[in-house]
Amino acid sequence: MIAKTYLHALALSSCLLAAPAFAQGVNLYTTREPALLNPVLEAFTKDTGIKVNAVFLKDGLQERIRAEGANSPADVMLMVDVGEINAAVDAGITQPIKSAVVDKTVPAQLRPDNNWVTLTKRARVVVVSKERVKQDAITYEDLADPKWKGKFCIRAGQHPYNNALFAAYLAHHGAEKTETWLKAVRANAARKPGGGDRDVARDIQSGLCDIAIINTYYIGLMSQAKNEQKGWFDAIQPLKTTFAGGGTHVNVSAAALAKNAPNKDNAVKLVEYMLGDKAQALYANGNFEFPVNPAVTDSAAVKLLGAVNPDKLPLSEVAKQRKAAANLVDKVGFDN
Amino acid sequence: MLLPLLALVATALSSRQAAEIWPHLAANVLPTALVQTSLLLVGIGTACAVIGVGTAWLVTQYDFPGRRSLEWLLVLPLALPTYLTAYIYVEFLGFQGPLQSALRAATGWRSLRDYWFPDPRNLPGAIAIMAIVLYPYVYLSTRALFSVQGASIVEAARNLGAAPGRLFWRIGLPLARPALAAGLTLVLLETLNDIGATEYLGVRSLTLSIYTTWVNRGSLPGAAQIACVMLLIVFALILAERKLRGQRRFALPVRQPRPVTRRPLHGRSAALAALACVLPVLFGAALPIGYLLTEILQRGLLAQFDAALLRLLGNALLLSGLASILVVALGLGIATASRSGRETWLKPLARIASLGYAVPGTVLALGLLIPLAAFDNLLADAASALFGLKPGLILIGSGAALVIAYTVRFLAIGVSGVESGLARVSPRIDDAARALGAAGPEVLRRIHWPLARPAIAAAGLLVFVDCLKELPATLLLRPLNVDTLATVVYGHASRGVFEDGALAALLIILAGLYPAFVLAKAGTNRAG
Repeated sequence: MIAKTYLHALALSSCLLAAPAFAQGVNLYTTREPALLNPVLEAFTKDTGIKVNAVFLKDGLQERIRAEGANSPADVMLMVDVGEINAAVDAGITQPIKSAVVDKTVPAQLRPDNNWVTLTKRARVVVVSKERVKQDAITYEDLADPKWKGKFCIRAGQHPYNNALFAAYLAHHGAEKTETWLKAVRANAARKPGGGDRDVARDIQSGLCDIAIINTYYIGLMSQAKNEQKGWFDAIQPLKTTFAGGGTHVNVSAAALAKNAPNKDNAVKLVEYMLGDKAQALYANGNFEFPVNPAVTDSAAVKLLGAVNPDKLPLSEVAKQRKAAANLVDKVGFDN
Repeated sequence: MLLPLLALVATALSSRQAAEIWPHLAANVLPTALVQTSLLLVGIGTACAVIGVGTAWLVTQYDFPGRRSLEWLLVLPLALPTYLTAYIYVEFLGFQGPLQSALRAATGWRSLRDYWFPDPRNLPGAIAIMAIVLYPYVYLSTRALFSVQGASIVEAARNLGAAPGRLFWRIGLPLARPALAAGLTLVLLETLNDIGATEYLGVRSLTLSIYTTWVNRGSLPGAAQIACVMLLIVFALILAERKLRGQRRFALPVRQPRPVTRRPLHGRSAALAALACVLPVLFGAALPIGYLLTEILQRGLLAQFDAALLRLLGNALLLSGLASILVVALGLGIATASRSGRETWLKPLARIASLGYAVPGTVLALGLLIPLAAFDNLLADAASALFGLKPGLILIGSGAALVIAYTVRFLAIGVSGVESGLARVSPRIDDAARALGAAGPEVLRRIHWPLARPAIAAAGLLVFVDCLKELPATLLLRPLNVDTLATVVYGHASRGVFEDGALAALLIILAGLYPAFVLAKAGTNRAG
């Protein structure tokens, strides 16, 4: 009987995993979610006739490409979070993209030496209970105010999104002030930091907390939801959130060209396509992110949240502080 | 098999950075992680021992309404990945879940400021949720033992008038000790290597610390150091298991043993026994599956059932099937070789190879990535130099890397499954066969295999179910364009809309239900 089970399994799918040579098309390694990328990739294939082979990873994208070495089929990497992207460049698995379209579309500070190219921007902001809090702007610094005691919710401090925000705080204020701030923010927490970004909205709705931190695209996705998440959206009010005297903390999603890309021409075509009006609308609007292409003005994110004024601090400075930020989170016991 | 472990130790000691991060980890990360992990292990271990041994004793020693069905239903929670059960309970017990909604509707309360409700997102929640998924490991191993071992002892004690409680504590439990140790080891190793459920429920376990050290603290060496600390704990666990099993040999008499005659229960005691067995099934399987079904129907997800989903199912079945065959074959080789006693070097090696089970999947996958990719590159370079071919990456590109990773990860189940199967075959039979002139392979084919087949099949199925649920290694090592059910469920969950993956999640469970069913049945067919 057991043998039969295996035979069934084999018969079902014997030909599925044969190793095809990915010599044509373009091979994509990404940490983004399939549901978000697939519509863009399908449009690309339809418009250009180039087939996209993709593998959706969680972590270890950089480790995998590095291990695969000279024979790696990877052409393009799509990642989120500037720390992640810088790590890939530092690991030597990328090559600069030479493209007039890229140079024309993306501001220079959002494509350092063309080692990577920003596709969309994502802001991390404060939301409050629509019902219980009446204000429309706040600074990150204000989160330490004791008036929020027992009312603040946030996901784990070691999560990359918070790590980048804390790193930006470090770059602004230095280690000592950041440590004091982290301690005070933690002391305000209504519950142990954890869960996901949507959970904080849920916890505002349930009355567990009044104020929380969330990435803007989650607000957009919840606004569209047809289930109970719509209720979470209805309970929250996003605030105009900035550093004192600065702008909003913004992170990026970006593309990079693999060093040993076997289909380099197609790879460049894919990156250029993703910067175009059509793909930017699909990709940015699909996840309520802010398009990098300035021609796409009426994005879903802007419609919902208004324009965001990104902090002037260069992302490379933020990336440099990440390890220090992670250590501070441990030191103050933020996640305990 | 040793490669990932060697890679781990090498990484832990690799660089200057490795020496720098250790004091920070020791001061700020490890203390919490060790305390939380210990509490998690003790809590889940205790809960699984109580539920597993208790229900196994009830279904093997007594007869009560529903016993026949409950006997196999009690295995079902095993088909659910812990991360899935965790997601479901957070939704179910959540503010908008059915319980709280009903409570608010009934009382007129409006928010959590008006009332208190248990929140599963903490250590006790994690213990409860993981225990309800993992107890079947203990149930399976102890039930197999209760149903055949010492029927005559139990009945003698009964005839001498021993009270039921005394029978359990003085006869049942001591007899079950080796089986309990074996089942409990699997439970504790699963607990140690879990990341999905523990992270979601906010427990800062060692495995989570390994992960955050790698990803957020940006230190692979630091992550490897924590992993090494964890391996020490695993060593201690495995030693403890050996100790608990003791030097006893539990070989059955050569003649077929007689199963225990069950005592019928009536009235209140029958109802209590039934209830004790129904609750784990209810919370471990019925409720989560029911929740998924409701989501699927409410959201009209049945429309997702298409060729693409079948392909995911096919991928999952194929990869898991291949890996379980490989694990059983290797387990058979290792177990029979170490049984014959000639290859003395094999035994410790088998133990070390089994450690793969305790290493968090992410760490194992990272450890395997380097040697597998190196092999692929060597082959690709040779092929292009010699024949001008461009074969690409053979192992990683074909999914073979994934099968290898599963095999390394779950080898422990194979080895211990075959060992426990062979342990039932008296060495005297081997001796007799050899005396009659049978050679090694013939003993294996004509004696060991037929006698130990149920246990070996059970091990194979357990591996199969575990592979279906496996996530971290699958995510890292799968080829381009290949997804499995588990990766699709993860893809939805990581966007915070895990309900959208409810259909794929249900398919994982269904694919695991059949083996779980067979597992349960195999156990009831007595010794085989």
